Amino acid sequence: MAGGKNKDGTRAARIIDENLKLVYSDLVQEDLPDRFKDLLALLKAQDAETSHDEDKKGRK
Amino acid sequence: MSEPDPRDGLVDHLPALRAFALSLTRNGATADDMVQDTVVKAWTNIDKFKPGTNMRAWLFTILRNTYYSSRRKLNREVADVDGVFAGSVSVKPDHDGRMQLADFKKAFETLPDEQREALVLVGAAGFTYEEAAETCGVAIGTIKSRANRGRARLAELLELEDGGVTELTDNATMAVVAGSPEVNR
Repeated sequence: MAGGKNKDGTRAARIIDENLKLVYSDLVQEDLPDRFKDLLALLKAQDAETSHDEDKKGRK
Repeated sequence: MSEPDPRDGLVDHLPALRAFALSLTRNGATADDMVQDTVVKAWTNIDKFKPGTNMRAWLFTILRNTYYSSRRKLNREVADVDGVFAGSVSVKPDHDGRMQLADFKKAFETLPDEQREALVLVGAAGFTYEEAAETCGVAIGTIKSRANRGRARLAELLELEDGGVTELTDNATMAVVAGSPEVNR
């Protein structure tokens, strides 16, 4: 392997992809800001409210 | 028993979605705004998601469409890069004895949007070329050529071309030819 000629820069491509994976997995492992959990909770609460309103309308 | 709500699965994809947003926008605040918009759009349009299909790819598609349409709206030629991508994690020791991860990130940030996107999808996020093409709304060949151009540019910036290797080989060959066990110069 060492010193051997590489076809079409495959060695470079391999190093690049390894680094891409490292960088990306670091980003994935970052702590998720609380705002997203809050947002999902809010969306869920809004939906519950809407369906509750619809139930009321349905009963009228 | 009611059908499982696909919206319950959204939260599992948020870390990957945010990583994709950070690599696309290269700006922490913009990335989080993009993720927020994407979550709201996905939540309210969940009827458009086909259960059993790739939710991550669906979310990535919404996010990139949000990103490109906001860039068009702002008519921005130059993105507002705050270096969050390059600065977000600590510098790792030499990788493969060749390059610092920080150098890699800096070089990656200089690539055009389309090339960064293609490289992240197929090189890091584990998308097939087919999935990446569908996510970006282009042909498979287009994704391949964007990824290849991105890799070629990175190799150039990081001096990973095979030129360096060839040079070493030549010196070694010359040393052998000259009958010397050492490579001088």
